[in-house]
Amino acid sequence: MIQKKANLEAVEKFADHLEVEGRSLWQDAYGRFIRNKAAMTSLIILTLVVLAVIFGPLLSQFAYDDTDWYAISIPPSFANGHYFGTDSLGRDLFVRTLIGGRISLMVGILGAVVAVIIGTLYGATSGFMGGRVDRIMMRLLEILYSIPFMFFVIVLVTFFGRHIILIFVAIGAISWLDMARIVRGQTLSLRGKEFIEAAYVCGVNKKTIVVRHIVPNVLGIVAVYSTLLIPSMILTESFLSFLGLGVQEPMTSWGALLQDGAGSMEVAIWQLLFPAFFMVVTLFCFNYVGDGLRDALDPKDR
Amino acid sequence: MSLLDVKDLRVEFSVADGTVTAVNDLNFSLNQGETLGIVGESGSGKSQTVFSIMGLLAKNGQTHGSAKFEGREILNLSEKEMNKVRAQQIAMIFQDPMTSLNPYMKISEQLCEVLQLHKGMSHNEAMEESIHMLDAVKIPEARKRINMYPHEFSGGMRQRVMIAMALLCRPKLLIADEPTTALDVTIQAQIMTLLNELKSEFNTAIIMITHDLGVVAGSCDKVLVMYAGRTMEYGKVDDIFYHPSHPYTEGLLKSIPRLDSEGDELPTIAGNPPNMLHLPKGCPFQDRCPRVMDICRGDAPVLQPFSGDRLRACFSDHRSW
Amino acid sequence: MLKFILKRVLEAIPTLLILITISFFLMRFAPGNPFSSERGLPPEVMQNINAKYGLDKPVLDQYVTYLGNILQGDFGPSFKYKDFTVNQLVAAALPVSATIGFCAFIFTIILGVAVGTIAALKQNTWVDYTIMSTAMLGVVMPSFVLAPVLIYIFCIYFDWLPAGGWHGGGWQYIILPMIGMSLLYVATFARITRGSMIETLNSNYIRTARAKGLSYPYIIMKHALKPAMLPIVSYMGPAFVGIITGSVVIETIFGLPGIGKLFVNAAFNRDYSLVLGITIMIGALTIFFNAVVDILLAYIDPKIRF
Repeated sequence: MIQKKANLEAVEKFADHLEVEGRSLWQDAYGRFIRNKAAMTSLIILTLVVLAVIFGPLLSQFAYDDTDWYAISIPPSFANGHYFGTDSLGRDLFVRTLIGGRISLMVGILGAVVAVIIGTLYGATSGFMGGRVDRIMMRLLEILYSIPFMFFVIVLVTFFGRHIILIFVAIGAISWLDMARIVRGQTLSLRGKEFIEAAYVCGVNKKTIVVRHIVPNVLGIVAVYSTLLIPSMILTESFLSFLGLGVQEPMTSWGALLQDGAGSMEVAIWQLLFPAFFMVVTLFCFNYVGDGLRDALDPKDR
Repeated sequence: MSLLDVKDLRVEFSVADGTVTAVNDLNFSLNQGETLGIVGESGSGKSQTVFSIMGLLAKNGQTHGSAKFEGREILNLSEKEMNKVRAQQIAMIFQDPMTSLNPYMKISEQLCEVLQLHKGMSHNEAMEESIHMLDAVKIPEARKRINMYPHEFSGGMRQRVMIAMALLCRPKLLIADEPTTALDVTIQAQIMTLLNELKSEFNTAIIMITHDLGVVAGSCDKVLVMYAGRTMEYGKVDDIFYHPSHPYTEGLLKSIPRLDSEGDELPTIAGNPPNMLHLPKGCPFQDRCPRVMDICRGDAPVLQPFSGDRLRACFSDHRSW
Repeated sequence: MLKFILKRVLEAIPTLLILITISFFLMRFAPGNPFSSERGLPPEVMQNINAKYGLDKPVLDQYVTYLGNILQGDFGPSFKYKDFTVNQLVAAALPVSATIGFCAFIFTIILGVAVGTIAALKQNTWVDYTIMSTAMLGVVMPSFVLAPVLIYIFCIYFDWLPAGGWHGGGWQYIILPMIGMSLLYVATFARITRGSMIETLNSNYIRTARAKGLSYPYIIMKHALKPAMLPIVSYMGPAFVGIITGSVVIETIFGLPGIGKLFVNAAFNRDYSLVLGITIMIGALTIFFNAVVDILLAYIDPKIRF
């Protein structure tokens, strides 16, 4: 769930403003975003992080599960190739941090995808059907809002095992509620717009209307919103990993690395610092990009 | 002594790209019981003029010049001093009554607080007076409705509530910033009639800001025509309507649609309002003026008196039109 | 207003029922058996155990029995700690979590709103920028990174505070967990408050209030505070849920015998009835809290009531 209500409202407001001339609104927003220095810098940093997690491990001679019994918990150094040092099992931290990054980012993005798919389908159906169906579906949504999802996820993952797919699905399943609301709102307002009526009256069949007019407008908002969703997903995954419910050893993620690092903080602080640094910077940047997107969509004096 | 005397009023805003002079050397005066209409397009500086007088400018705005109310300078007063003037001496009503009333407070609270704070009335006294005022602005069942919230009123009624609120302390001057722009035409007529009646009853002077010349014709004694922050023309309503002395006023009058007009197109003033950050040298109206001459692009025309108490800022000779 | 309160409370009841139902059936259909971790037991013993815990009856019967029991306040026995009932275990852990959770919530709101208001009143000055950057940091820092760091600084390096444990709950055992749990939400509340304050103060009705000659402090107290509170109150729901969720991690780190830790252990031990009981209790608390928030919102914003 998005923790920043402001982002939610900005997206909803922008969705309200979109009309047939929606294209120029997007251009305006694009321009505003480009000019936002903090957001653009963050975007560049994020790209660097993504490149690092993809290609970084190739730069190292070690694999993420190579244990080196002669180099347990040694501090970082260039000399022996352990740029970030090693962990308590002698595994190279540089590689593990980046591999962990792959997992965390993947979970973040895929989790967002799951949330988007579920939320969009639910919201679009509810909005498109309207009337009683819509009312019932929305009541269900309100009910689901009241349930502490995290507890269910913990239960699910504990009972059904730690398959990585399950983790994606579980995390995504917590967060689709906001998306459903936004997509529903957008669908509802689009349905009522005159240009849809006009197209219908001109003899355009329903399927074409949906594909040509509704989907592109909804997709736009959805795309923007999912960017705002990714940092929450990463945090949720690291939360689960911290509890020991994340990916299985020896595979790792930032959350798992943080848990290991926190345990040995007093004697080997680099084990905490490097993964923490990467995760905090990534989340920081995602937040600035998210804020930038929000400002681009709904400019107000900050 | 006139009620309000404004001399060389200038309002500037510092924005990222420079300084915008929203109001440039405005001069006018108002006597008790008179109505002055300030006319102009959106962005001509009409609202900023009165905001500066009331001390309600945005933080990046600066006011220069002089505005004397009953002989006392009120520009750039401290907030504390200005609060004594507001509502009691000069009151203001705004354009959009829905957003101008606090949606989270009952209108009884919004009305009574003015009386309780400025006149020291007790709650009951304030309620009685407020209901009395709501009756005066013709709100039906005032005693019941006073306990309602703004969103329970229609647009026209909300504006009446605003007017009632403004007149509670019997101010000598009422500033109305486009009071009917957000309302239906029929409601507009009702509000204007109401204002005229109240003006006679309370002998209030009114500054009426509008872009609608019909409103001006029906209610104002004097008119100030503004363009790009400057005065184009100033004088009595009849003089300006029957004998406009400025091409801009001419254009405005011509563009009022008439029932007896023939032809397919409605006459307009060609062009767009200027970019206030990059005003052209000379008269600001030059790019849209059908009577433009070379001299207009040199120095800006200065406001010249003629025919008694009329003023105009134009190089062309209106007597030969 | 009263009608709204009644309506809202009544709406909460089906929500609660659905929660209980979903949780119950989730537990029953989960793979594995609470007793499968025990050394291989002979089938007769398993039969006895199943009979004792009612696991051999049809599921629907179990559901109805369970529902009936809950309404009398009985959440059944723990499957793992065979000498204790769920009620007893929860009662032991509840004071810990409740104290810290309550303190964290109050702390969060007071600090967050205060800081956000200051930032709003001093908008675009260095005070504002400092506060907002710090807030941004608070938002991205997960509690389980922050907490160990706090422990390192205050307990190990400076040795001012104990590094964990409850010991009856003196203030020195509460303060670090409380800060660890709240910081994220303090930061979020600060950002929300700042945005909301700024937007409210720029509204047209505040301009009208100024035109009426009302003093600035009066305007803030009577005209601006209520509307500005709306997004803040709205966020209290998610903040509450978040603090409860965060307690799971915080209690693990600080070794506190609270509900969060109890829950995670129960999940690991496949202690179904304990997991079920806690889930329902927390869920009920959340539902109740959300209802309170909605009622508060309706009190502030008259448009909601109609």
